[in-house]
Amino acid sequence: MTAEQHFQVALRLGDDAMILGQRLAEWCGHGPVLEEDIAMSNIALDLLGQARGYYSRAGALEGLGRDEDQLAFFRTDQEYRNHLLVERPNGHFGDTMVRQFLFDAFSLERTQFLANQTVDEDMAAVAAKAVKEVRYHFSHSSQWMLRLGDGTEESHRKVQQSLDDLWPYAGEFFVADDIDEAASLAGLLPDLSHVAHAWHARVSEVLIQATLQKPTTTWSQRGGKHGIHSEHLGFLLAEMQVLPRTYPDAAW
Amino acid sequence: MSPVEMNLEARFEAYVADEKKIEPKDWMPDAYRKTLIRQISQHAHSEIVGMLPEGNWITRAPSLKRKSILLAKVQDEAGHGLYLYSACETLGVSRDELLDDLHSGKAKYSSIFNYPTLNWADMGAIGWLVDGAAIMNQVPLCKCSYGPYARAMVRVCKEESFHQRQGFQIMLTMAQGTADQRAMAQDALNRWWWPSLMMFGPSDAESPHSAQSMKWNIKRFSNDELRQKFVDMTVPQAELLGLTIPDPDLRWNEERGHHDFGPIDWTEFQEVVQGNGPCNKERLAARRSAHERGAWVREAAAAYAEKQAQRKTSSTEPHAA
Ligand SMILES: [Fe+2]
Ligand SMILES: [Fe+2]
Repeated sequence: MTAEQHFQVALRLGDDAMILGQRLAEWCGHGPVLEEDIAMSNIALDLLGQARGYYSRAGALEGLGRDEDQLAFFRTDQEYRNHLLVERPNGHFGDTMVRQFLFDAFSLERTQFLANQTVDEDMAAVAAKAVKEVRYHFSHSSQWMLRLGDGTEESHRKVQQSLDDLWPYAGEFFVADDIDEAASLAGLLPDLSHVAHAWHARVSEVLIQATLQKPTTTWSQRGGKHGIHSEHLGFLLAEMQVLPRTYPDAAW
Repeated sequence: MSPVEMNLEARFEAYVADEKKIEPKDWMPDAYRKTLIRQISQHAHSEIVGMLPEGNWITRAPSLKRKSILLAKVQDEAGHGLYLYSACETLGVSRDELLDDLHSGKAKYSSIFNYPTLNWADMGAIGWLVDGAAIMNQVPLCKCSYGPYARAMVRVCKEESFHQRQGFQIMLTMAQGTADQRAMAQDALNRWWWPSLMMFGPSDAESPHSAQSMKWNIKRFSNDELRQKFVDMTVPQAELLGLTIPDPDLRWNEERGHHDFGPIDWTEFQEVVQGNGPCNKERLAARRSAHERGAWVREAAAAYAEKQAQRKTSSTEPHAA
C-alpha cells in the first residue's frame, strides 16, 4: 500500500461518514415523531464525529497541512470519494431508513475490522469508538426495517419500494479497486469479498423477519469511490460549503 | 363550591404557600391544572418550533465543529420538548391532543421563533439572547409548585446555559473576525434584540395571567422585572463584544441602579402573536407537514407493536392438548 493509497483509504472513510451525516442532519426538526428527530440527530452526530476523526488522520497522512475543515469544505464533488448510496436524497422516512440499514450493515463489518487491525493505530482508535456507535445505528435501522416491513400494508409497500430503489447502490461497497486491494493486502481493510458475504447474511436475516423481499437485481451503480457521483452530490456540497467558500479568510 | 371542595382548596393553597410541591396524584383546582397545561404545552411547542430557525443552518454550518455543536443544540431542544410533553401528560392530556392544538393554531408558542435566521451570526445571537432570555424566564420555574414541571426545568436550564455560552462564543468569534463577520454579528444583534425583549411578555399591567400564577407559585417574578434583569445582564456583554445594541435610549440610570431602555413596539408583538410575523406560516406549515408525512410511519410502528404483543401472548398461552 502506497502512502497515497493509505491517504485515500482514510478519505473514503471520512467521506462516507460526512455525506451520510449531512444527509441525516437535513431531517432535524422534520422527523415523523420527536423521538426519531432525536435518534436521527444522534446518528448524524456520530457520523460527523467519525468523519472528523478520519479526516484528521487523512490530513496527517497527506502531510500538506490540510485539516478536517479544509478536506470537508474545499474539495469539489469530483474529489469526494464516498459511495453513491450515502448521497442519495432523503426521500421519505422509509427511503432514509433503508439507505441507513444497507450502509450500517456494511459499515459495521468494515469498522470492526478497522478497529482490530494494527497497521494504522490512529485509525484503529477512531474505529474503536465508531464500532459501538455503528452497532447502535444498525440496531436502530434494523428495528425500523421490521416496523415498516411488518407494520401496515402501506408501510410494507413503501419500504419494499425503497429497498428496490436503493439496492443497486449497495453493490458498489463490494467492488474492489486497486486501493481496496492494496489496503486489504496490507491488513488495513478487510477483503471486500468477505465483507460482501457477511453483509448479505446480516441483511437477509433482517429482511426475512421484516417480511421484505430481497431484490434480485445484480446490477450495481458505481463511480463514487472514483469521484464520479450522481447529480445530487453537487447540490449537497454547494449548500454545505457555501460559507467557508464565500469567506475563505474567515475563522468560525 | 361544596364544603369538601372548599376544604381541599384551602389545604391546596396553604400547601403551595408553604413552598411544597404538588404531584400528579394530588388534588388540585381545575384552574391550576388548566393554567399548567396551557403554560407547559406552550413551552413544549416553543422547544420544537424553536428547532426550525436554527435547524435552518445545520446543513450550512461553516465548520465541522460548529456543525456538531449546532446539531447537538437543536437535538437538546427536541429533548426539552420531550420532557415537557411528558410533564404535561401527567396532567391528564396526551401528546397527540397537544400536537393537534399546535397544528390547528389553537395553541401558541414563543413568538421569537417566527423571525427568520438570515446569516450565520444568527446562531450566535439566538444562543446568546434567546436562550439567555429563556434562562431568565425558566430558572424561577425550577422552583415551580408543580413537581414534574419543576424537575423538567432543572434539566432544561442546565442545557440552556450551555447553549447561551456557545451562542456567545459564536458572537465573540464573529465580532473579532473579518469585517464581513463583524457586520453579520451586528446585523444579527440588530434583528434579535427587540424580539428578545418581547420574550418576557407584555408589561405587568397588561399581563392577563400573572397575578394568579404568582399566587400559585408558578410564576415568581413579573415580566418587567425579568426583562430589566436581562437588559442589565446583556448590556455589558454587548460592550465586551464591541457591538451596539440598537436602542438610542439605552443608558445606565444611576438612581435606579438599572439600565433605562426605549419603548417596546407592542404593536409588532401583537401582530406576530396574531400570526403575522415573517415566518409564522412557514413554521406551522413545517411542523404540520412533518407530522402529516410521518403519519404512515407512526401507524406502522403502532401496528408492529400490536402484532408483537399478540405474538407474545399467543406464544405464552398454554397449548391445548
Ligand atoms: Fe430549550
Ligand atoms: Fe436552548
